[in-house]
Amino acid sequence: MTAAAETTTIHGDRVSLLRVLGPAHVWALGVGIVLVGEFTGWNFSADKGGTLAALIVCWVVGLLYTSVAMIDSEVTSTVAAAGGQYAQAKHIVGPLMAFNVALFLVFAYTMLEVSDAILLGDTIVAKAGVDGLTHNSFIAATIVVLAWLNYRGVLMTLNVNFVITAIAYVSIIILFFSVSPWTQGAVLKLNELVTPGNALPYGWIGVIAAFQFGIWYYLGIEGTTQAAEEVRSPARSLPYGTMAGMITLLIAAAMTWYVCASLMPWEYLGITPYPLWDAGKLTGSPLLENLLFVATLLAAIASANGCINDAARAWFSLGRDRYLPSWFSAVHPKYRTPYRSILFLLPIALAFAFIADLNQAITFSILSGVLQYTFMSINIMMFRKKWPLGTIRRGYTHPFHPLPAIVLFCLCVVTFFAIFLGFGSQLIAMIAFYFLISVWFHFYRYKFVRRGDQFSMPWPKPQGY
Amino acid sequence: MWMALSYACWGISIVLALWMLYDWFKVDTTYSEDVLTSSREGELEAASEKHRI
Repeated sequence: MTAAAETTTIHGDRVSLLRVLGPAHVWALGVGIVLVGEFTGWNFSADKGGTLAALIVCWVVGLLYTSVAMIDSEVTSTVAAAGGQYAQAKHIVGPLMAFNVALFLVFAYTMLEVSDAILLGDTIVAKAGVDGLTHNSFIAATIVVLAWLNYRGVLMTLNVNFVITAIAYVSIIILFFSVSPWTQGAVLKLNELVTPGNALPYGWIGVIAAFQFGIWYYLGIEGTTQAAEEVRSPARSLPYGTMAGMITLLIAAAMTWYVCASLMPWEYLGITPYPLWDAGKLTGSPLLENLLFVATLLAAIASANGCINDAARAWFSLGRDRYLPSWFSAVHPKYRTPYRSILFLLPIALAFAFIADLNQAITFSILSGVLQYTFMSINIMMFRKKWPLGTIRRGYTHPFHPLPAIVLFCLCVVTFFAIFLGFGSQLIAMIAFYFLISVWFHFYRYKFVRRGDQFSMPWPKPQGY
Repeated sequence: MWMALSYACWGISIVLALWMLYDWFKVDTTYSEDVLTSSREGELEAASEKHRI
């Protein structure tokens, strides 16, 4: 090793990810990924089932994600490793499930990153209104600059995410209080725009169909677990940051729905790509319009930033366990980041961003996310059965078990049905892809895995084994 | 102004992409593969404050 190399921060003989994060960073990671869903995405549920359907799914999908956050907090506070749900699946269910879960994670976050970059590019082009201006340069800058930030270190990455997420969140609060929410008729006209005649234009099947886009209110909050190996106190920081993030998002979702539903008819709300920016325009205040424009960009940047962080950790974990070539498990000796995974996923995100449209990217992200939530409901049942309370130390124990798991599973089934109604062929194609890749992993790739090394938790034998 | 911003975005993207490729090459030729891939799951660095960042 050269003299220059010896001055870098290598811990003993090994180079590992750096434990520098606290609960605020966990919050910034989770809420940063999700908050873009308030600025676009959730409102397409109004197109599926009307404004009231968008509110119903806001609450019901909120229940789904509250279950996700509670379950995730318990398992991750115990299995604190990069890869998040992948590491959980590996220790609790088995290698094949873990491999699939890691792919769900990488697809969900990479496709969400692609969607964020497209949204940012389209928003700038819409604002500029210049002939000949395309979104490609803005997409490239978003993905490359954020990949560079992630490459240079997790602490700065999530410090940036904290600041821009906080600004975007505060903009929603400012909008909410600027329209006198306590008074109907002055600015807000909810009772005129939502009437018994148009509240549910397609009836209850419209509410079911709205689940597909209701996911956008909270999609990605489970991404907090990817920071498990980089937080100083995972048992405390992860549950605290995740639950605080979920509470933050429930408040933001309710405020967003109330303001947008009170300013726009459902026919427009369901198709606009920029519901909050449009709400800012409809107030008639140039200040609010520009604030919401900037906040839309910041929310997209924060989300893409968190997605790069999470997808790279999941890919890195697969390499570390040799589920993929171990080349991907390299850690940068100076910046302490999974730099090869970040660089490998960079051109993939760019390629999808240039060739895919927003709807396709969003649908693949949602599908992978819901597959992952379905796994989580099964995972927690197995976790509690194999290691009942009192047999291993948990940083957090979620209440009312098994009710959250049952609620989560049932809502995932409803969401799959909703996705089938809108994007049946994509759903079938994606499940076929995961089936084929599972066959490849089982019959070819698993022989390269060092089977003893992959289970790192010092737990007692599970009950019944 | 918007067209200039668009060209600036291409420029920044190319510069940063080249920088990452250069750094990747430099790191991979400076350190052995064993060191770079030495991270193990579950290793708790309770004394992370000792690291120079």
